[in-house]
Amino acid sequence: MIKNISNLGDAAVYCDFGIEVNKSINSNVIKYFNSIKEKKFKGINNLTPSYNKLIISYDLKLTNFNEVKSYVESINVTDSITSVSKKIEIPVCCHEMFSMDIKRVEEKLNLSREKILDNFLNKEYFCYMTGFIAGMPFLGDLDKNMRVQRLETPRVKVPKGSVALTEQFANIYTFESPGGWNVIGNTPIDVFDSSKEDKPNLINPGDTVIFKEITLDQYKNFNEQ
Amino acid sequence: MSNNYFDIIRSGINSTFQDKGREHLYHIGIPFSGAMDNRNYLMANKLVGNKLDSAVIEFAYQGPHIKYSGEKINFAITGDVIFKIKKEHTEIEGNCYESYQIENGDEINIISTNKSVYGYLAFGGEFDIKFQWNSCSINTKANIGANNGKKLDTGQRINLKKINSNMDIKKINYINTKIENIRVIKGTNFDYFSEEGKKIFYEKEFIVSKLSDRMGMRLEGPKIENIVNTNIKSEGLIKGVIQVPADGNPIIMLSDHGTIGGYPKIGVVASVDYDRLVQMSPGSKVKFKEINLSDAQTLFKLYEMETQNLLSQI
Repeated sequence: MIKNISNLGDAAVYCDFGIEVNKSINSNVIKYFNSIKEKKFKGINNLTPSYNKLIISYDLKLTNFNEVKSYVESINVTDSITSVSKKIEIPVCCHEMFSMDIKRVEEKLNLSREKILDNFLNKEYFCYMTGFIAGMPFLGDLDKNMRVQRLETPRVKVPKGSVALTEQFANIYTFESPGGWNVIGNTPIDVFDSSKEDKPNLINPGDTVIFKEITLDQYKNFNEQ
Repeated sequence: MSNNYFDIIRSGINSTFQDKGREHLYHIGIPFSGAMDNRNYLMANKLVGNKLDSAVIEFAYQGPHIKYSGEKINFAITGDVIFKIKKEHTEIEGNCYESYQIENGDEINIISTNKSVYGYLAFGGEFDIKFQWNSCSINTKANIGANNGKKLDTGQRINLKKINSNMDIKKINYINTKIENIRVIKGTNFDYFSEEGKKIFYEKEFIVSKLSDRMGMRLEGPKIENIVNTNIKSEGLIKGVIQVPADGNPIIMLSDHGTIGGYPKIGVVASVDYDRLVQMSPGSKVKFKEINLSDAQTLFKLYEMETQNLLSQI
């Protein structure tokens, strides 16, 4: 399943699962991720699964590239561990107060606001990975007629909770952060909670996410219920 | 209420609590963080008789000015740092790599780092601070760690919950060596760059930009031309990765980096040079030198032995 294993610097192993982005390749990445995580090999101190790569970082004081590479080549990856995914509904308010880039998306896609939201909402998206900033989920795939490029000039500050699109993906800004994705709405819920150390992320790789529209009033009252 | 504490009269530019950092969290988007210059961090703790993985205050450029209240306590500063110790009737210029005893009412004023970036202030004891995922390291981006994940602020009070009973004064002669050549291992997208671009990367000088912080170090210099694609499908990053975005200026990922990135990776800084890399201040010249994996691993082992040897002399 791994097409090629190489080194990323002197303290990480780079596992390449291919160049395409699809659920089947990503499921393989997640299988390896789960298997290695469970087994706790000496010296491995971090794992970063992404669409089609897995990066394994290790402590150079405890192990080295050849040891970790041989270990990865030797492990038995089992399917049984992966069946932990859940389905999560994310409320999103697409009021003009939040949908900063909807005009841009309308123009680029030549679709009306209504049509864009109709295409985006109430559909199942697969979580390929989380990261960049703590807890940010990378979700896909958007319909073929919904794909826009990043902003030409990224924003210095994208508000916390922003729901945004780029290419075949959607994401949620878990913190205020710089970013270049097209913002079309905002969610009032906390997608990352650092006080829950064992499970800080609401959405994890392999989960399914559905965006449900809420009104501005519902948004404002959301955290008072 | 604690009886031993210090008040921050001036916070400095980027003063944070740091320790060895966090592991096993890249997959949820949380980087290692931790002290940028690991050797100086360990030496600070050893000089005050702490466990080596204890919390210290890391500062950049200008450090904090603090006033201490409570029982006698030891402190030490490491790095290349200019600081003063003010007692009731005297004010002295302090030396790095030497522990000092202070008492109620004394002040420590960390004026600046000298042609370097980071310095470390350790107290012989334990701060009363929050730990998350076994680390106090402050990650200001996700507001994780001590002090609600925010850098220290002027007017704050920091409590100590324990003071070490052993207050022996310790000292070591140590000078931070500077390097101009940063050794790098070829990155996974090395072939995305033109022959000319590769040549520029290894032969020309780059300047450390002012836009550098705990997340990344930006470099300015001749542009490195990409002939394949200026974006890749987003994938994991580690500290030391050198990404080259469309503008052709390299960015080196440092300890608080975003865990995922979509720019091609031209190289990765060898672990042996990381402590010295982070100490290069804006305006410094950097040249990259290629090294292979096996040499990089060997040199890191030697560097680590040297660190252990220094610690054993304290």
